[in-house]
Amino acid sequence: MITVKNLNKSFYGKPVLEDISVVFETGKTNLIIGRSGSGKTVLLKSIVGLYEIESGEIWYEDTLFNKLDFAGKKKIRSEMGMLFQGSALFDSLTVEQNVMFPLDMFTDHSLEEKIERVNFCLTRVDIINSNNLFPAELSGGMKKRVAIARAIALNPKYLFCDEPNSGLDPITAILIDALIKELTEEYSITTIVNTHDMNSVMENGENIIFINEGRKCWEGNKNEILNSDCDTLNDFVFANSLAKKLRAANKK
Amino acid sequence: MIKFLTQFGRYFLFLKKVFSKPEKPALYFKQTMSEFVNLGLNSIGIIAIISFFMGAVITLQTAYNTENPIYPKYLIGLGCRDSIILEFSSTISALILAGKVGSNIAAEIGTMRVTEQIDALEIMGVNSASYLILPKLIATLLFNPILTLIAIIVGIFGGGIAGTLSGVITLENFIYGIQYAFIPYYIVYSVIKTVFFAFIITSVSAFQGYYVDGGSLEVGRASTKAVVYSSVIILLFNVILTQLLLS
Repeated sequence: MITVKNLNKSFYGKPVLEDISVVFETGKTNLIIGRSGSGKTVLLKSIVGLYEIESGEIWYEDTLFNKLDFAGKKKIRSEMGMLFQGSALFDSLTVEQNVMFPLDMFTDHSLEEKIERVNFCLTRVDIINSNNLFPAELSGGMKKRVAIARAIALNPKYLFCDEPNSGLDPITAILIDALIKELTEEYSITTIVNTHDMNSVMENGENIIFINEGRKCWEGNKNEILNSDCDTLNDFVFANSLAKKLRAANKK
Repeated sequence: MIKFLTQFGRYFLFLKKVFSKPEKPALYFKQTMSEFVNLGLNSIGIIAIISFFMGAVITLQTAYNTENPIYPKYLIGLGCRDSIILEFSSTISALILAGKVGSNIAAEIGTMRVTEQIDALEIMGVNSASYLILPKLIATLLFNPILTLIAIIVGIFGGGIAGTLSGVITLENFIYGIQYAFIPYYIVYSVIKTVFFAFIITSVSAFQGYYVDGGSLEVGRASTKAVVYSSVIILLFNVILTQLLLS
């Protein structure tokens, strides 16, 4: 479980996140939703420690993460996996080397054991016979799946996904969502997903927070989101004409 | 001024991060070997070509300026040798490497920054500055002196070829000239300068790339800054080191 209390973050004196408090539960896909530029990515990067926060607390179970030194953070980070918006695969390494990288860095396993683990992770994300390809030779969806394989290579307790569906077609996006949900439940991971994709919200939204202009405006789940009385959330959820028509039909 | 001091302090904090204890020395060794090829072996060609032609031009210009019969002909060889060893092999090679290696380092690390590859390393708990930059520093600190020695040999060779083919000096006179009053310390001086310059090129370029913020445009700007700042600092240190080592 990850608990965020009264988090504040600003850049060059301009507040980006204001007084965010939220609990991300274990074994659930927790979603952070909001418009582009609302502060979702800053919140995610603050939670994982890529950004220093001005004030507030970030708890990983019973450890106050944001007050730890580099060595203390390193221990928690060994239990994290992260899927970046652009996949962030290492260009100079093959698919196999990318997934093996955390194993090389943090385990003393033999080469055979590492290859076995790499193949297990790649099979788990449906990447087969692509071990020797470089990231430049992969499609967007394949890159995301390889990045997920790398993120789960060390059996993480925490999985962070920053816009996992960006740049993907709707069918591939659904497959990626399903994969994240399956992995979360299978390994009882605390997963946090940043998204503005409503398909993801309706598929995976077990615990959702809505961020608008750096503030948490709403919290609930996928069943509650369609009947919210938060206007900014409704503007976001029912932004396209199809959703507006469906809403109107529902009301009738 | 405050911006300059901020950057200066940031640079030293960056160096502290680069020189912290490696997580897995075996992986760093593998990276260092790969950087020897990328930054060292792949630079031999350009250094050899430029040194050859520079040696040739120095010989011809020295001959042109010492046409008076009171100057012995072997002075052309001597002038070529000392110019190449004292200045051209280390400083001009460093300026060329600032362009080739410096821009390469800044662009590579800058691209890794904007495509979140450095963030991915940090999330894994890897000290990204140390993992990415220490192998480059070790490779250039060890290999650039070899490049300088290659530049000296090829430069003098180029001078000899140009001098004899153009008829401004005989081969015997040239060889006598390059052996005349030879001071081995000049080689040490040149290598010491090269080591400093290698450190400047790699660390300044990596610093520019590591703190890129934005997209491809900023990566391009960082690359340009890496070359300009490295070159200016090399020229400044050239004066300081020459005064310290030759006075």
